[in-house]
Amino acid sequence: MPDQEKLVKELADKHGRKREFLLPILQELVYEKNYLTDESMRYVAKELNISAADVYGTASFYTFLDTELRGKYVIRVCKTISCSMKGKDEILHVICDTLKIDVGETTLDKKFSLLATNCIGWCHKAPAMLINDIPFIELTPSKVTKILQDYIKR
Amino acid sequence: MINLTINGLELEVDKGTTILEAAKKLNFRIPTLCHHQDLCVAGNCRVCVVEQVGNRTLVAACATPVTEGMEINTNSLSVRTSRKHIIELLLSEHNADCTKCYKNGECELQSLANEYSVGDHIFLDLIVDHKSMIDMSSASIIKDDSKCIRCLRCVRTCEELQGVHALAVANKGSEQKISSFFDKPWREVICTNCGQCINRCPTGALVERNNIEDVWNAILDPEKHVVVQTAPAVRVSLGEALGFEAGHTVTGKMVSALKRIGFDSVLDTDFTADLTIIEEGTELLTRLKDVLVNKRDDVALPLTTSCSPGWIKFIEHIYPDFLKNVSTCKSPQQMFGALAKTYFAQKRKIDPKNIVSVSIMPCTAKKFEANRPEMRSSGFKDVDFVLTTRELARMVRQAGIDFMRLEDVNYDSIMGESSGASVIFGATGGVMEAALRTAYEIVTGREVPFKNLNIIPVRGMKGVKEASIKIDGCTDEWKFLEGVELKCAVAHGLVNAREVMEKVKKGDAGYHFIEIMACPGGCLGGGGQPIPTNSKIRAKRARAIYDEDMGKPIRKSHENPEIIQVYKDFLGTPNSHKSHELLHTHYKERNRY
Repeated sequence: MPDQEKLVKELADKHGRKREFLLPILQELVYEKNYLTDESMRYVAKELNISAADVYGTASFYTFLDTELRGKYVIRVCKTISCSMKGKDEILHVICDTLKIDVGETTLDKKFSLLATNCIGWCHKAPAMLINDIPFIELTPSKVTKILQDYIKR
Repeated sequence: MINLTINGLELEVDKGTTILEAAKKLNFRIPTLCHHQDLCVAGNCRVCVVEQVGNRTLVAACATPVTEGMEINTNSLSVRTSRKHIIELLLSEHNADCTKCYKNGECELQSLANEYSVGDHIFLDLIVDHKSMIDMSSASIIKDDSKCIRCLRCVRTCEELQGVHALAVANKGSEQKISSFFDKPWREVICTNCGQCINRCPTGALVERNNIEDVWNAILDPEKHVVVQTAPAVRVSLGEALGFEAGHTVTGKMVSALKRIGFDSVLDTDFTADLTIIEEGTELLTRLKDVLVNKRDDVALPLTTSCSPGWIKFIEHIYPDFLKNVSTCKSPQQMFGALAKTYFAQKRKIDPKNIVSVSIMPCTAKKFEANRPEMRSSGFKDVDFVLTTRELARMVRQAGIDFMRLEDVNYDSIMGESSGASVIFGATGGVMEAALRTAYEIVTGREVPFKNLNIIPVRGMKGVKEASIKIDGCTDEWKFLEGVELKCAVAHGLVNAREVMEKVKKGDAGYHFIEIMACPGGCLGGGGQPIPTNSKIRAKRARAIYDEDMGKPIRKSHENPEIIQVYKDFLGTPNSHKSHELLHTHYKERNRY
């Protein structure tokens, strides 16, 4: 049995197979695999006996349920107004320069993806970004460089 | 009961009535787009907003139940202004190239824009690159996202009526769109091509892939002999698109119009519907014998019908383990196509390569079916072009024919004669009834024990119907069926097909024979039928079909003289080698997304 199929089965066993468990299953899949593949969504649909389009519709609604290839570390830089005014562009520039990718792209080694996100609730400590679930705040170019170096070493 | 006033007029309505329904009782029409009688309330398009006195904001009339003492204004200044703005906002995200649109003149958004005199562009046009938003990959359906207003009628249709859910809402906000799984091309996904979404789409976002020009070209080619067949359910609905009330049968006028359009032979799918009954009835009896007498475990029961190409694609996608239960008989359309280029060609001494075979169907899935690679058993493409009822109505208008004043004309021969049993193929339960009329008589030598041959238990609009007939007094050949209670089920609308299939899967139903039609009401409610189609209209078409059956001199398929002739002159016996070659097919498993 393919790896993805096995994982979906385990998650369905854990959460249940009713329609309302679709979200927790998708969330955990993203947690484990960084993003949702075409294949994994088909397994979820089969396991829950719902349509694959329904699974895709649900997944594509939520920004944090990625349906495109994502690296191990997904960096989301806040693009909303407070962060913009406090220097979000500079932060993005440093990240792009360090990782050699543009917004929306993933590094060749599939370690990092860079995305712009809507407000993540850190306006009072702008500019802010997330790396997976962890927020980094009051960013400066040198602070971002340090954070990235730390992640690159991991 | 609830008392309220609408535009100053008092009325009393039942609890649970919506403002929309209450207003209708007072003859006030409130415009709607996302609302559809067959579907659950969505309340997302907002064009039905009305003013509720004392309420800060306007409310959606389709989604708001009346309350005691409510005062409603359906046409105040704020209502009119808001509605106009709502329509303008919808248009700002709509490719309003109306004159070039297939739905021009039949579009609900266009008529609202006209009604509210939307002229000046006060909002920015957001549709820029509309060419990249069209999916033309399907043989049946064209989906153009640039014309979609996201009312979700199609999504609700696919989920609630058909249980297929090939369409879903993807993304959100300005990116929101109606999408297939992973936005895959339409031909690759689970869509059954039933066309129920087309029938409900208020704009030109979902339309049939039309073959009108292909057919005109064939007609205008002097080398070609163009044969046309007309499905049972077209004669009771075509009139609606050409000026008649729903429920008016126009068989003779339709034949006349087809001749005036220039078809060389105007023939009837009903002929091959009768043929289907002989082939499928024989298949059922053979399978019963194989299971009950020969104890063969490789023969599957229950047998399900195979006339509905939407149902076929549904089972291929969703219940592939049960494909062996599906009758191997081709649909009447395809049987006709195979015979047109063999039997008909021989009899009429026409080179089959010069025959163009056209069918008029209440169905969009038939377009897909005609294009299946299995459907070339005459050595050519058996059915070259499929037109929906709507497309034929358009051709009649293009030809400048005054349809309502046409004289009645009879079908040509051969392959134009039919029984009442074939007419009822167009209604849910009809194939079952027709099959029982013939099978019972084969087995017992007597007519089915129902008054006037009308098998009422399988008729009507209930989603799943069950019936059983006890067989007694069998002739010697069929003694093994003596005392057997033949259990039948009839389902229409794929959501009901799923219910029946789940029962079959569990193995506790004990059915012998199942009729399934993909569309609500059967073919009379098909996805290629005139718009609108709703429960009232379906009921009227059904009545017309059963009246047509009662009026036919021959009521049983096996008594159709042209059927007797085709076996005598060409096919030999039912389920013969030749029959299998031309009239039977096979199915294949498809993906589940």
